[in-house]
Amino acid sequence: MIQSDTRLQVMWNRLLAVVEEQGQALIRAAFSPIVRECGDISAGIFDAKGRMLAQAVTGTPGHINTMAEAVKTLCVRFAQSDMKPGDIYMTNDPWIASGHLNDFLLMMPVFYRDQVIGYTACTSHLVDLGGLGMGPEGSDIFDEGLLIPPCKLVSQGEVNALLLEIVKANSREPIANEGDIYALIACCEAGSDRLVQMMREFDISDLRALSDYIIETSRRGTLAAIAALPKGTWRHVLRVDGYDDEIELHAALTIADDHLLLDFDGTASCVGKGINVPLNYATAYSVFALRCIIGADIPNNAGSLDPFRVTGPKGCILNAQPPAPVAMRHTLGQMTPDLVYGCLSQALPDRVPAEGASCMYDLPLRHAPEATDQFALELVFNGGTGARPRIDGLSATAFPSGVWGSQIETTEAVAPVLFHRRELRQDSGGAGRFRGGLGQHIELSATKNQDLMLFLSVERIKNPASGRDGGLDGAPGRITVQPGNRHLPGKGEVRIRAGETLSFETPGGGGFGLPEHRSEDAILTDVQSGLVSHEQAQNLYRRQK
Amino acid sequence: MIHTDGLRLAIDIGGTFTDTVLLNRASDVVATAKTPTTPQRPALGALAGAAHVLDDAGADWRHVTGLIHGTTLATNALIERRGAATATITTHGFRDILEIAYERRYSQYAIDLVKPDLIVPRTHSLTIGGRMDVSGHEVSPLDEAHVAALATELKALEVEAVAICLLHSYANPAHELRLRDLLALHAPDLVVSLSHEVSPEAREFDRLCTTIANAYVQPLMAGYLQDFETRFRQKGLSCPILMMTAGGGMTTLETAARLPIRLVESGPAGGAILAARIAEATSEASVLSFDMGGTTAKLCLIDDFRPQTARKFEISRAERFIRGSGMPVRIPVIEMIEIGAGGGSIASVDRLGRLQVGPHSAGSDPGPAAFGKGGDKPTVTDADLTLGLIEPARFAEGRLKIDPDAAHDALNRDVGGPLALGPDQAAFAISEIVDESMAGAGRMHAVESGKDLGNRLMIAFGGNGPLHATRVARRAQMRRILIPRDPGVGSAVGFLHAPVSYEVIRSRHTRLDTLDTKGLNQFFDAMQAEAEQVVRSGAPDAPLLQRRVAYMRYHGQGHEIEIKLPNRALTHSDVGALKAAFEVEYSRQFSRVVPGMVIEILNWGLAVSSPPPAHLTCPEVPRLHRAVPTGSRQILCDLTGRWRSADVFNRADLAPGAELTGPALIVEAQTTTFVSADFNATVDGHGNIWLTQQQEAQK
Repeated sequence: MIQSDTRLQVMWNRLLAVVEEQGQALIRAAFSPIVRECGDISAGIFDAKGRMLAQAVTGTPGHINTMAEAVKTLCVRFAQSDMKPGDIYMTNDPWIASGHLNDFLLMMPVFYRDQVIGYTACTSHLVDLGGLGMGPEGSDIFDEGLLIPPCKLVSQGEVNALLLEIVKANSREPIANEGDIYALIACCEAGSDRLVQMMREFDISDLRALSDYIIETSRRGTLAAIAALPKGTWRHVLRVDGYDDEIELHAALTIADDHLLLDFDGTASCVGKGINVPLNYATAYSVFALRCIIGADIPNNAGSLDPFRVTGPKGCILNAQPPAPVAMRHTLGQMTPDLVYGCLSQALPDRVPAEGASCMYDLPLRHAPEATDQFALELVFNGGTGARPRIDGLSATAFPSGVWGSQIETTEAVAPVLFHRRELRQDSGGAGRFRGGLGQHIELSATKNQDLMLFLSVERIKNPASGRDGGLDGAPGRITVQPGNRHLPGKGEVRIRAGETLSFETPGGGGFGLPEHRSEDAILTDVQSGLVSHEQAQNLYRRQK
Repeated sequence: MIHTDGLRLAIDIGGTFTDTVLLNRASDVVATAKTPTTPQRPALGALAGAAHVLDDAGADWRHVTGLIHGTTLATNALIERRGAATATITTHGFRDILEIAYERRYSQYAIDLVKPDLIVPRTHSLTIGGRMDVSGHEVSPLDEAHVAALATELKALEVEAVAICLLHSYANPAHELRLRDLLALHAPDLVVSLSHEVSPEAREFDRLCTTIANAYVQPLMAGYLQDFETRFRQKGLSCPILMMTAGGGMTTLETAARLPIRLVESGPAGGAILAARIAEATSEASVLSFDMGGTTAKLCLIDDFRPQTARKFEISRAERFIRGSGMPVRIPVIEMIEIGAGGGSIASVDRLGRLQVGPHSAGSDPGPAAFGKGGDKPTVTDADLTLGLIEPARFAEGRLKIDPDAAHDALNRDVGGPLALGPDQAAFAISEIVDESMAGAGRMHAVESGKDLGNRLMIAFGGNGPLHATRVARRAQMRRILIPRDPGVGSAVGFLHAPVSYEVIRSRHTRLDTLDTKGLNQFFDAMQAEAEQVVRSGAPDAPLLQRRVAYMRYHGQGHEIEIKLPNRALTHSDVGALKAAFEVEYSRQFSRVVPGMVIEILNWGLAVSSPPPAHLTCPEVPRLHRAVPTGSRQILCDLTGRWRSADVFNRADLAPGAELTGPALIVEAQTTTFVSADFNATVDGHGNIWLTQQQEAQK
């Protein structure tokens, strides 16, 4: 006899493969650099109740949970009885989709034998939605561009042409936007076709038994992982640079028998620039950080995500309310793992890494307004990750985001810039028994006699990554213009004049454990490799006799 | 009576076995041998295999007019870290190209992730002043005064090889060439690899990695190739020896010794070449080759009789089957997806109660539990045995004693117990999981390539390919399968069907609408001269074929599409046709074009090859006749999950035109073809078995 659990498991594997296929198809067709370099997309399959069954593991964690919640919201907004085969719904509302206007979410009901048996959904980052463009300078959401509330984009296979025209008319990149929206539609349809194909192949008429199996198995596994944790409430405060003034992020993490609750109560209020974070996005990165430690081997779905709950007072900077500007919500959103780990490390001191650079070091460069040679570059250079409890941090490596760094040769091919340096920053990794990862040092200038415009939104200039368990802090980021050694703040618009050189030093990760406990071999290797200077080896790692 | 004139020999040295195949002038297999690989002196094992097949054919060395050799030696040297002590020299200010890489973790949730070891430690990475810009113009001159100091440093580091990779050297190699010449004055014994020769493509990290990998194995491979040639010459071999490359072509010993990185992964390429030639002979334009062995399964898409190619693959992954966890190597390769699913793949139950099969493998040593060689973990082979699909007495021609009870015990303990299943059900479940994972990998690979699996013919070979073909095909919605002759040594047979060829891919960034055809034609002339020189040395008299391509994309996209170019100088009037060709292919892959978008080209390719050896022919299929089974076995049906009787046939007995209906087992020396109950089988005039799924058996 065919054992039914094996069949269910085979179907589960199939769903996981289908969402990955959808994700790959979306990335291949994408126009937005952030999508192709970072895989900033999401694809998922949902049951008829809107419960997420499978989600692609894509480049960035910004869609974890976000998409699961978004589909639930749309399922409440639109009655299933009104849905027709070939319908597709859409929104880019930051508080529903993924935290800023660039992320478009599409959802399609899947019909089988005239019934809605589930949904497919996908999200992708579009290049430009008008407004002030992607940057922190907007003072409310209306400055940031076009917001499309949940609506029907495709009706029984017919695309709403007016809607598409509105999206194009409100963008600096209308053709790319149209291309990306069609890619999203194709992604929904392909997922729907594959799902129906699977149901035929396995001869099932609905997803009930399968979704119960997936969700229950995952919930059980997650609860077992939670059961093994110490119980209680742990608090932490993380100080971050902010836009003009420094900001305190507060969290209390409660580990209960059957769930985890993260509460941002005490966190500072929203600010007047677009670094505010809707709760869905803060939740995505917080839950990602928790799931790296707790039940990392269980796929994301309604069952594995359900025990992770996140809340925060409305209006705090991690639960921004409309019409707050949110375009650069990732700057602080990506700091939430360090906030969460500050709590979790108290409960699990030997499993949680030290703080890292965390926020990705974007280097968006554009031509100056008066320049004839027009270009736009979205470069990313990462700092170091925090040291792990049993191993050094990773140098110049993205965490928590999954963004890819840029290559010098391909960058110089598409923009009039020349790099003079890209090397690891000696001594930038926080000292410790295990050393923090090193940041990197970039130097560049314009190749032509024209100015460059730089749009900064980075963290850890004033507040470096803290070490843990006696480990020392990593080096803070440092952005200067030479000659003249002009220090730049981490946020805002900067003009780099022709002939000047921009020096961009990314932060190092914090160390873990007391530096004097680092092994002689490891110190020697660091010095021989030039990662640590003789002076730092003497000063920070000298043994206490 | 065997004609001993014009025999050709193929030798495929793998990690465990060396496969040797002898073909006659008509490209029929005359003899095959599987001998143990001799890792200390691989040429010895090759000689043993060659002597074996020549003996079988009653021929001797004089009759051999061609020898084609493929080896995993370079691959294994990279995996086992047995290469030379290697240093790098990069542009001043860019010492950490290797350390920084793509700034990325290959596994999103792995907090304790360790990055792959990229061979050269930071202590061995040196730099030199001098800079080219993206167009190949010199920004600052090479710091020639520093070369003596570099040579001293290299001596102090006691390195044998050095990889030189300067920024934009693909656009202007002057600094790399000058540095090599100056270094030779100070350190004449140093083996030097130059990035613009090994891999002239933009993207400094990939190019540096490729150059390092080449430098690292070069001393070892040069020594090996010399030893191999000497030993075969001593035996009396007089014909040229050609080496199989990852790109599916053959090259000379001289080129192989200079660019040994091109030999990596050449064995599996042979299988894809064989499948492509069979596709051509049978006029099958859409094919998936499915090569399942003891450790992994390899899938390759073949369209219009050409295996899909790629410009990049990964070696020495930190996690073998996780993409991005290894070292990128940018050379022209036959693109294959490799997954950890083979006969030796181990089954286990994870803490969620989910059955997992692979990627860990018991290999052939200790091997599956049933081999009784110390392996006690249940494997795919143990499951197939329990399902009745393998006849214990005839497995590996009876040379291996098979213990079905040991298979049962292992299945019970590691799978049946935790999942509350009997051994039959456990075996059934293992088959379901592993077959689904292979079918899933195939579907995924097709999607990533902008292609579809449905309607493709599967060509299955390898020790386990014919056994799992119907089960995998059904899950991938594929309805037709072909099992070639000698499927167990398919890769070596494939070598004998490869042309002498060389491919160059080079970066030159341009927009299609402002194409500088004059500059581009000169650029292609240089590539053609380079490729022809290599091919001429291996095929002095043959008329040469050429293939030119451009890798095009819309400005702003990351994914490039390969577009064929005419084999001649381009003029401005070609631009319209190129745009149209791009749009046709783009809309085929993405269902629509994007009007108004600028099209750009970053890379250009040119391949020169000799015509492929003798065209395979497929005689007309004679009148069908029912085949006569030699017996029957009880098998657990993969459709119903119930035990039933299956006919057993000897493949050697099946004449052209033989026809049979599943469930059935067709047994031969190195493998068994399993014909599921929903398939029937016929044998064509060339001895290929065709498996076809029956309409009525479909749901």
